[in-house]
Amino acid sequence: MKNYSGKPLVILKHLSLLLGASIMVLPFIWMLSTSLKPPHEVLSWPPQLIPNTVTIQNYVTVFATAPFARFFVNSVLMASLSTVAILITSSVAGYVFAKFNFPLKSFLFILTLSTAMVPLEVYMIPLYMSMVKMGWVNKFIGLIAPYLIMSYGIFFMRQNIMASIPDELLDAARIDGASEWRIFLSVVFPMLGGPIGAISIFAFQQTWAAFIWPLIITSSRELWTMELGLGMFQYRFTVDLGPINAGSMLSIIPVLIMFLLMRKKIIQGITLTGMKG
Amino acid sequence: MKRISTESSPGRKKLSETEFKKRVFAYTAILPVILIFGFVRIVPIFQNFLYSFFQSTIGNPLQQFIGFTNFKDLFADDLFVLSLRNTTYFAVFVTLFSVAFAVLLAALLSTRSKASALYETIYFLPVITPMVPVAVVWKWIYDPTYGLLNYVLSWVGIEPIGWLVFPNTAMVAIIIMSVWKIVGYNMIIFLVGMRDIPESYIEAARIDGASTMQVFWRIIMPLLRPIMLFVLVISTINSYNVFTQVFIMTSGPQGAPGNAVRTIVFDIYENAFRYFRTGYAAAEAVVLFLIILALTLLQFGISGNKERREKRRLLRKGGLV
Repeated sequence: MKNYSGKPLVILKHLSLLLGASIMVLPFIWMLSTSLKPPHEVLSWPPQLIPNTVTIQNYVTVFATAPFARFFVNSVLMASLSTVAILITSSVAGYVFAKFNFPLKSFLFILTLSTAMVPLEVYMIPLYMSMVKMGWVNKFIGLIAPYLIMSYGIFFMRQNIMASIPDELLDAARIDGASEWRIFLSVVFPMLGGPIGAISIFAFQQTWAAFIWPLIITSSRELWTMELGLGMFQYRFTVDLGPINAGSMLSIIPVLIMFLLMRKKIIQGITLTGMKG
Repeated sequence: MKRISTESSPGRKKLSETEFKKRVFAYTAILPVILIFGFVRIVPIFQNFLYSFFQSTIGNPLQQFIGFTNFKDLFADDLFVLSLRNTTYFAVFVTLFSVAFAVLLAALLSTRSKASALYETIYFLPVITPMVPVAVVWKWIYDPTYGLLNYVLSWVGIEPIGWLVFPNTAMVAIIIMSVWKIVGYNMIIFLVGMRDIPESYIEAARIDGASTMQVFWRIIMPLLRPIMLFVLVISTINSYNVFTQVFIMTSGPQGAPGNAVRTIVFDIYENAFRYFRTGYAAAEAVVLFLIILALTLLQFGISGNKERREKRRLLRKGGLV
């Protein structure tokens, strides 16, 4: 579609886009700026967007006064293990749904897909009770359990496998005597580079940002994630604005770096899923 | 294997052996995935319905069957009715504003260029950022004494406002922040749709003397209808699940007064995990589920088959599916 705005509107268009972009970016700059200010400057009036003195003291404080290093490690562990699990479950199930025929196949596929619209908030109470039964409350396995599968991951893999992997290729491998698992691991899986990239970024981002589940399933600080730690420290414990903004920066940096490196894939992946697993 | 050995023709024997192996693989591969799925999602969804018809005690969600009593109690409970109203208010305004801004932005950015790619990235930033740090910084921006927002407003002579302190402004503040967070997501989807509209349509209309506004309202918007419906429904559903920003921004000494921005999920959380009223909270979750279901069906109902196909085609073309 061509630019359909008349000439006199061009300046207005660029001004609005610029204004909008500033509003989008300003909270991030404000976070960064606050995190780099010494305590007396944080509460200065008028607010200074650029600190007079730049210090990394807040970053030191956030690690010294709260177990943020622990939170960070927990988040990294939780998000990466969840990503690996989602990749495995999605590609295996996507492959089976795309290339095999068996009774109940459509039923199972519809079952996995139709639950995609149901958010965790709807079924978290029984899920929590199951965790109690399993003895998984306040354990890492309980923390990560809901993030091992992703409906849209399965759907996305299935679509990709149907479109990009011809049946003839699989049959050729079968005639060569390769076992089904071998075909999956050495023929199919290596061809899934594209969807694997998109799904892993999305899975990581989703699990990293999780809040309500860590909030209800963990009781000891040793298991808190970055998001939960931030959420708790910002009201339950007295941490100044400087350190809490430093913690916020640390929590967004991994996602931000990933986003800037792989912008296109991320936008595709996230738009695809409607932000829900 | 017995089945295979009874086959007489060697050709058929070989084929069905392959088929048998395929079947075995399919089942063994899909089974673990389905088991996990069942355990962490499908069974809990059904259990939640069950819970909602039971009186619960701590540790026993199925103490006594009480029929629809939880639901009757819910709608007589001022806090729940308030939560439902607040959440609806929140969902409607977040959706309307984020969609309106998103359409505007998409219209401004529909011509591909280096600048438009940069703007897309910038507007998408809040979408990928986790909610907690973002809510923390917005809470600080809304600070009545030292906050950035009151400072900016003071330029035009507006007196400091206790954004999160007063019930009237607390909801507005959280809505503004949430619109900021999701507008980029909606924008990207509209961009896919707008960039798909053939240039010839617009040129033809221009030759016929249509103004920019006419092109926008008479050509572009009608063609965006299926996408518009999709975005409206997705945004409303996501908004009904609002929790994190409410939890962060209402907590602590600078936080908003709890009930002014109390939402359904917040109420579920408190009832289930603070007061241990499992059955009651499960009934609330059923109400939330029904709202989401209704919205989903609405989307499928309103958009005809043709429109749904068109939407799918567009999303596929945009590389989204």
